[in-house]
Amino acid sequence: MPEMLSLSNDPILFISVMVAKILAVFIVVILIVAYATYAERKIIGRMQTRLGPTMTGPYGLLQPIADGLKLFFKEDIVPAQSSKLAFVLAPMMILVPAFITVAVIPFGGDIVIGGFTVPLQITDLNVGILYVVAMAGLGVYGIVLAGWASNNKYSLLGGVRSAAQMISYELAAGLSIIAIFMLSETLSLRGIVEAQSGSVLNWYVFSQPLAFCLFVITSLAEINRTPFDLPEAETELVSGFCTEYSSMKYALFFMAEYANMIVVSALTATLFLGGTAGPFAGPINILLKVFAFMFVFIWIRATFPRVRYDQLMFMGWKVFLPLALLNIVITGAVVVFL
Amino acid sequence: MELLQLFFFYLVAFVAILSGFCVITCKNPINSAISLVMTFFCLAIFYVMLHAPFMAAVQIMVYAGAIMVLIIFVMMLLNQGSEVVSRYRHAVTGAFVAAGLMMVQVIITIKQGDVSSTVGPINSEVIETVGHTELIGQAMFTEFLLPFELASILLLVAIVGAVVLAKREV
Repeated sequence: MPEMLSLSNDPILFISVMVAKILAVFIVVILIVAYATYAERKIIGRMQTRLGPTMTGPYGLLQPIADGLKLFFKEDIVPAQSSKLAFVLAPMMILVPAFITVAVIPFGGDIVIGGFTVPLQITDLNVGILYVVAMAGLGVYGIVLAGWASNNKYSLLGGVRSAAQMISYELAAGLSIIAIFMLSETLSLRGIVEAQSGSVLNWYVFSQPLAFCLFVITSLAEINRTPFDLPEAETELVSGFCTEYSSMKYALFFMAEYANMIVVSALTATLFLGGTAGPFAGPINILLKVFAFMFVFIWIRATFPRVRYDQLMFMGWKVFLPLALLNIVITGAVVVFL
Repeated sequence: MELLQLFFFYLVAFVAILSGFCVITCKNPINSAISLVMTFFCLAIFYVMLHAPFMAAVQIMVYAGAIMVLIIFVMMLLNQGSEVVSRYRHAVTGAFVAAGLMMVQVIITIKQGDVSSTVGPINSEVIETVGHTELIGQAMFTEFLLPFELASILLLVAIVGAVVLAKREV
């Protein structure tokens, strides 16, 4: 294997490859975000024996573009009594952590460009998982600030609810991942993918089924998807934290929700389902796994009713957290004694 | 290369100091809190530049991700205005004097060379080969096991205390 491409051995090639990788990942994520809205409406439509969007373009395929254009040209309203800085900052603070998390997810093996080895991953941090958890923690600010800055009691309630929810579930999600790196003995996502290589049976979904279930459920709660979408429960809170938002700012919240879905799907695929392993080329494998998870998330949205707030807190603190701790103890015992 | 790193350092340092300044000058406590988050973020970048990625991640996770969220949470619910600051105007002057003295002290200590010339067994090459997280883990669970356990007992006591305070009839 040739030498790893770095800033010291060929700066110009390194920077251009880096920019190409970042652009490629960014464009793919944006495209999935756009067409996830279409897929969600189509799939839920089918599940409820409706057709979903059909009018814009063949099979309604241009619907996301039409929606985007419409939101772009809408009037941008900032409430007079709002806190301006936080109001403008909030949508960005929710979208940016979602997008930069994608940087550590490996989407393929190594390829050779111009005599150097280039890993198909934007960057391989040796504290990859911790970085992901840290960025997930920063995502809370967007929702909290949006709720507070709008100066609207429904928004504030939505924001407070979401803060409590995200803090509770972050803990259980973080603890369920600990069992993974106890087995892989590395914090780098690339290392975890390598630890699962070989056969399908090496995937952590088989050795860590409890952690897998916990991670998927708590992640759903952390990104505020149904059945845990209490911060924006329409029946009680109008639209929760994004009640006062319109135009592009609203679109940013919408994009962040789908970007978070992609991140959680990609992360679950990387941590539990062997990441890039599979019958096809690396990027296609991980994309297929991401699509499968996104389909499941949409399916859950069409199937499950929203949980009550006290049930949500009860599950987070009294069910998921103890189970995650138990899983760590069992994994530790297995690692030491077997 | 070195120049680029230096430029980046000054950029981040500038942002860190600017947002730190905003923390104490902003009238709105929420804006101060956001600035403090920004300062923590800049500190995390410094940790990365000092080859301490684990510290950086923990810095963001614990301070920016957990503690500041709770502080903002409380501020949002209390919705306290800016009058608290203006009531203690003389305290602000005192704080400036104290901070100035502290800075002089720090500069004198660094100038004497006791801090900067210390060479420990762990340098950037050791971190590259062994790994930062591994080094911290080994130190924490061997040499510093007793302080580590004591700190966890202290935290446990704090949790029990918080439960007792929050729940009047136990």
